[in-house]
Amino acid sequence: MTAARARLEPDVAIVGGGPAGLRAARELAPAVSGAVLVLDRESRAGGIPRHCAHTGFGIRDERRMFGGPAYATRMVRAAERAGAVLRSSAMVTGWSATGGLEVTSPDGLFEVHARAVVVATGARERPRSARMIPGDRADGVYTTGYLQNMVHLQERAVGRRAVIVGSELVSWSAVLTLRHAGCETVLMTSEQPRVEAYSLFSLPGKHLLRVPVRTSTRVTRIIGSPRVRAVEIEESPSGNRTTIPCDTVVLTGDWIPDNELFRSAGIALDPATRGPVVDTELRTDRPGLFAAGNVLHPVDTADIAALDGVQVAAGVLDYLAEQRRDGQHVRITADQPLRWIAPMIQRVGARPPARKRLLAWVDGYVPFPKVVARQGGRVIAQRRLPWPAVPGRVFRIPSEMLSGARPDGGEVRISLG
Amino acid sequence: MIAPQDAGSEPADVAVIGAGVVGSAIARLLSGYQLDVTLLDARDDVGDGTSKANTAILHTGFDAAPGTLESRLVAEGYHLLKDYADRTGIPYEPTGAVLVAWDAEQLAALPGLREKAERNGYRETEIIDADEVYRRIPALGPGALGGLTVPDESIICTWTATLALATDAVNRGARLRRAHRVSSVRRESEYTVLHTNAGEVRARWVVNAAGLGSDTIDALFGFDRFQLHPRRGELLVYDKQARSLVDPIVLPVPSKLGKGVLISPTIYGNVMLGPTAEDREDREDSSTSADGFAFLRDKGERIMPALLDEEVTASYAGLRAASNLGDYLIEVDDRQRYAVAGGIRSTGLTSSMAVAEYLVDQLGKAGLRLTERTALPAPPRMPNIGEAGLRPYADAERIARDPEYGTVTCFCERVTRGEIRDALHSTIPPRDLGGLRRRTRAMNGRCQGFYCGATVTGMLAEAINEEPADAPANEEESR
Ligand SMILES: Cc1cc2nc3c(=O)[nH]c(=O)nc-3n(C[C@H](O)[C@H](O)[C@H](O)COP(=O)(O)OP(=O)(O)OC[C@H]3O[C@@H](n4cnc5c(N)ncnc54)[C@H](O)[C@@H]3O)c2cc1C
Ligand SMILES: Cc1cc2nc3c(=O)[nH]c(=O)nc-3n(C[C@H](O)[C@H](O)[C@H](O)COP(=O)(O)OP(=O)(O)OC[C@H]3O[C@@H](n4cnc5c(N)ncnc54)[C@H](O)[C@@H]3O)c2cc1C
Repeated sequence: MTAARARLEPDVAIVGGGPAGLRAARELAPAVSGAVLVLDRESRAGGIPRHCAHTGFGIRDERRMFGGPAYATRMVRAAERAGAVLRSSAMVTGWSATGGLEVTSPDGLFEVHARAVVVATGARERPRSARMIPGDRADGVYTTGYLQNMVHLQERAVGRRAVIVGSELVSWSAVLTLRHAGCETVLMTSEQPRVEAYSLFSLPGKHLLRVPVRTSTRVTRIIGSPRVRAVEIEESPSGNRTTIPCDTVVLTGDWIPDNELFRSAGIALDPATRGPVVDTELRTDRPGLFAAGNVLHPVDTADIAALDGVQVAAGVLDYLAEQRRDGQHVRITADQPLRWIAPMIQRVGARPPARKRLLAWVDGYVPFPKVVARQGGRVIAQRRLPWPAVPGRVFRIPSEMLSGARPDGGEVRISLG
Repeated sequence: MIAPQDAGSEPADVAVIGAGVVGSAIARLLSGYQLDVTLLDARDDVGDGTSKANTAILHTGFDAAPGTLESRLVAEGYHLLKDYADRTGIPYEPTGAVLVAWDAEQLAALPGLREKAERNGYRETEIIDADEVYRRIPALGPGALGGLTVPDESIICTWTATLALATDAVNRGARLRRAHRVSSVRRESEYTVLHTNAGEVRARWVVNAAGLGSDTIDALFGFDRFQLHPRRGELLVYDKQARSLVDPIVLPVPSKLGKGVLISPTIYGNVMLGPTAEDREDREDSSTSADGFAFLRDKGERIMPALLDEEVTASYAGLRAASNLGDYLIEVDDRQRYAVAGGIRSTGLTSSMAVAEYLVDQLGKAGLRLTERTALPAPPRMPNIGEAGLRPYADAERIARDPEYGTVTCFCERVTRGEIRDALHSTIPPRDLGGLRRRTRAMNGRCQGFYCGATVTGMLAEAINEEPADAPANEEESR
């Protein structure tokens, strides 16, 4: 590596200018004496909402409903107005030997040494390769993010007949994008056995989207070269296989955090989220290093990511004021049918999580879930919740359920009874 | 895009069929002489056949069958390609390899392998015990009994290797014609006329380096001396975060079916698991399969369980040209002024430059006039897409000169806008996304286009639109 890196020394460096990072910057900039620097690798900050042309953003944080791009713009402006410094086309590529952030930008190479660092790098959908879908090497296979960048940012055509794999919230966003691009969704497949998963979809106008859905179905092969011509799908438990002609495949959901900076810093990753292990104030186990947004809960909506920004800002301010909380803590883990839970650590005397909610992910639909918290085999709380647990979207658990946990009692396991 | 007027253009002295690594090496060498060389390939790009999808190891040839032409040319090719890589910047890394024995039979085979290596002229191997195996590869699964080190096995960028050789050929004056599939040949008194889907090509001499298609071309010249079939090799490429698990290449003890499943770092900083070896019929079908994936995961589970916890970044399949002969077939027919370099099985990346030397030497003996050209252009300086060298995104001076090298476009692979721009305007520009990906690594990373796919596609589309739409096929790539 060439030596010539310009050194920057803000009070706080925030990696990632999506909803989480921007909101954290907006809270922190007026409250610290030094600079708050947001680094984003895209040519414009704003994160994923930049290319979500539909509405449904900002409900719980801005208390209004915005389209994605408008929401992104609003978040950028608000952070700038609050005094944060935003640098786009600035990619953090790793950590320097002395613990600084290494940054590449058209203005040159930088090394950023901040008193506190917030990593809010978001999450991405697993592509075909990571899902290990075999078959031909075919063009026309996208993730939702890729598709939306194509259609909304580059205004490029996709195909005419699409199969959408997955039926998460984001999958419906893909339907809207395809429709905008003049591409018909001929089928949506879900590995889930039931339709409740998507009937709870809340984007306005859903009833207009008549999309055939096949449940208990997975894609077993992609056919066609150079462009996709069909997909082979398999129904379970029959094992029956059918070929569906299409020229476009959109792989939706199946999220993985952009966790690289945590891993290269040697921060413990949660085996279930694959994001960093954080406490309710969004601290990692390295003092001064924080996380916020979808990098720690893959994935929730943008407003929740933004409210993480508020939460992490409070934690950062405490840290800068040298208010330490390194007392006793308990680890929170998820048991089947919960796949993951975040945050993962509760410390004595620490603030509760944002909106007093633990976030979790289920792999099967549960209409009236009874949540049970156990510590050392003992039930410390159980509660039937009035909202369902739905695959493909975050399931929220009141954090008061942890109040009976003994700081020295070991791990708290959360499951559905 | 049929251009029948092609037949009227100047005949070449030599036409090389197949712009894989072997054909490109041959065309490069020939165009160093006072010869008019045409390099043709059926596909839209050079190196788009077997040469793009292999395990990319620069073999010492330690395990070849002693006394074969293959053994000799692999050993020679190793040094030739390494030297050439030094001159052109083809990325390679001298990682070394450890062959691991997992049972008593394999352990007992190690001394024989060592001896065989020596008969192949390679004397650096060493037998090591289990402790030493684990010291070198701590992430190895339990049960290894011992190993054989092969310190000079290296990894290399197969994409850049072929591209460098073909670029060098073009710089030396060779005419490259992509998307020209040879379907039949006609012998005339002075020339051979090659019929392609994009017109006819005439040449005094023809070299057949058509890889998996070389037996078919050979038959067009009236021969029936070898048969090929595709032996598919599927591979899984794991996330860069797995790179620290694997330092030297982890080789299995070879069996009758082939070299077996290995785990190797890649030149791009990933980890590769594969290949399978499955005899197939369809020479165009390089699809992957659920069975192949399951087989590899099963092997991987035993060799290095920790690897399987990582994300898969890519999967692909390559087709080896499996031959019914036990060796390469490199022969010249002076009567028809025709030569073949066929049956270049699973070692052709390494041997390519030695194959070229051997073949051109034979051509000279058969009557092709080899007069060296003076004032040859310097070999091309290839963009570094390997992790071992300094890449543009980390090169302050370069970014200061041109900020496009500081604009990271493909985040996962850290490919900058400047590199994509350069590739799109290079001597042999890509015509499709695959070609751009092989030249830059853009979109090859863990997100597979989630973030950058649209931008990269856009840059490619723009560059392709800039090209005149109706350039006649025979002129589009003339010198
Ligand atoms: C198709 C789709 C539809 C959606 N629809 C809705 C909806 O209707 N309503 C809703 O509320 N939510 C929706 N969401 C979810 C919402 O977009 C996310 O919850 C939100 O964007 C998460 O914010 P974040 O800040 O955690 O991450 P992101 O928005 O992903 O932002 C992360 C930022 O970090 C930057 N970054 C990453 N790594 C680096 C690095 N190394 N260096 C510099 N910068 C870096 C990225 O460029 C990016 O700007 C949707 C998501 C998708 C994919
Ligand atoms: C899984 C796998 C792993 C391997 N690992 C290694 C390794 O680690 N190290 C190593 O040294 N080697 C390895 N190899 C072998 C190596 O990849 C090949 O030997 C080498 O690429 C062969 O090059 P080629 O130029 O002969 O063939 P190709 O690259 O296949 O080139 C032949 C070209 O001819 C063209 N062609 C065919 N028919 C026609 C026609 N009728 N008209 C016009 N053009 C035509 C094709 O389009 C193609 O581009 C491996 C191979 C596989 C499959």
